[in-house]
Amino acid sequence: MDSARRYEHEDGPDSGDRLPSTVEQSVKIWIGGGLGVGKTTFIASVSEIDPLSTEAAMTDLSLGLDDVTLVPDKVTTTVAFDFGRITLNKRLVLYLFGAPGQERFRFVWDDLLAGSLGAVVIVDTRRLDTSFEAIDFLESKGARFVVAVNSFEGAQRFPVEKIRPALALSDHVPIVNFDARNPSECSSVLLKLMEDLQTTLYPPTALPERP
Amino acid sequence: MSERVPGENPPDRLYVLTGGRTEPATTRIELITIVVARSAPQLGDPPEWRRILNLCSSPMSVAELGAYLRWPVGPVAVLVEDLLKKQRVEARAPGPTAVLPDRALIQEVMDGLRATL
Ligand SMILES: Nc1nc2c(ncn2[C@@H]2O[C@H](COP(=O)(O)OP(=O)(O)OP(=O)(O)O)[C@@H](O)[C@H]2O)c(=O)[nH]1
Ligand SMILES: [Mg+2]
Repeated sequence: MDSARRYEHEDGPDSGDRLPSTVEQSVKIWIGGGLGVGKTTFIASVSEIDPLSTEAAMTDLSLGLDDVTLVPDKVTTTVAFDFGRITLNKRLVLYLFGAPGQERFRFVWDDLLAGSLGAVVIVDTRRLDTSFEAIDFLESKGARFVVAVNSFEGAQRFPVEKIRPALALSDHVPIVNFDARNPSECSSVLLKLMEDLQTTLYPPTALPERP
Repeated sequence: MSERVPGENPPDRLYVLTGGRTEPATTRIELITIVVARSAPQLGDPPEWRRILNLCSSPMSVAELGAYLRWPVGPVAVLVEDLLKKQRVEARAPGPTAVLPDRALIQEVMDGLRATL
C-alpha cells in the first residue's frame, strides 16, 4: 500500500466507497482455507471496494492456561484480517471476511464466523492438506460451507469424486471448481453456498406420503 | 513501505479514552454492525469521537471503522458503545446471529449476488 492510499484511508473512504444511506441490515460470509490458497484474491474479485484490513485483539483468558502461567501479565495478541463488501440492494450489505490462514489465529476464526450465513473453504489441489484445519473447524462448529477448488496453473483439475474422499467431506458439502481471479466465478461460489443454505433450511415441500 | 506492526497501536490516548476496556460492556456490537452518526461532531468531543462521527456521516460497519481508523475493532466497538449511550450514533443491527436466516433474507442475498454475475 503506498503512502497516498494510506493517507486517504485515514481520512475515510472515497465517496464512491461509501454505503448508501438506505442500508439497514448487514450479513456476512466467512472465507477460509490454508495459507496462500487465494482468500484475499477471492475477496478482491467480488468486493465492490478494495479489500480492507483491520485487527482483532485477543486478551488474557482466551489464551491457554499454560500461556497465562508463562506470562502472568495480561497478554494481548493481535491479528490482522482482510475483508470486502458487496451492497446487495439498497437496504442490505454483505461482508466477506478472510480468516487468517494459520491455525494459531483460530481465536479470530470464531469471531469472524459468529453470526455468519455460512462459509467458503478454498482449497489448492496441490496442497489439499493446508485446508484441513479450516474444514475441521467449520465441521466442529456445525457451520454450513462449500468447498471451492481454486484452479492454479499447473494444478490438475480433479474431479469432485476424488476431492471428496481426499478431504473426508460429507456428501452434503457442495464442491465447486473456480478461479479466484474471476469475479463471476467467485459470485457463483457464494450463490452455491446460499442455494445450499436455502435447500437445507427450507427444503422444497415434499409430496405427501402415500398411505 | 513497511506494514505496521500489530499491537503498535492503539496509541495511549485511545487506551485512556477506552479506560482499558477491550470490548463493549453491555451492548452487542459486531464487526458488521452498521453505525450512523445522528449529528456532526460537537465542540468538546474528543478527537477520536470526531473521527468516528465523521466516518459515520453515512452508514459504516465497525470493521470498516477499524480499517480506516487503524484501530483494532475492540476499542472501536467500545467507543461506538459510548457514542450509542450518548445518542450520538445509531446502530443498525446485523442480520441473523444466533437465529437461522429467514427465507426472505436468503432470497434477497441470492438476488443480490445474481445481479453481480
Ligand atoms: N494461477 C492462479 N493464481 C492464483 C489464484 N488465486 C490466487 N492466486 C495467486 O496465489 C497467491 C496467493 O493468493 P492470496 O489470495 O494472497 O492467498 P491467501 O489465501 O489470501 O493467502 P494468505 O492470506 O497469505 O493465507 C497470489 O499470488 C495470487 O495472485 C488462481 O485462481 N489462479
Ligand atoms: Mg490473504
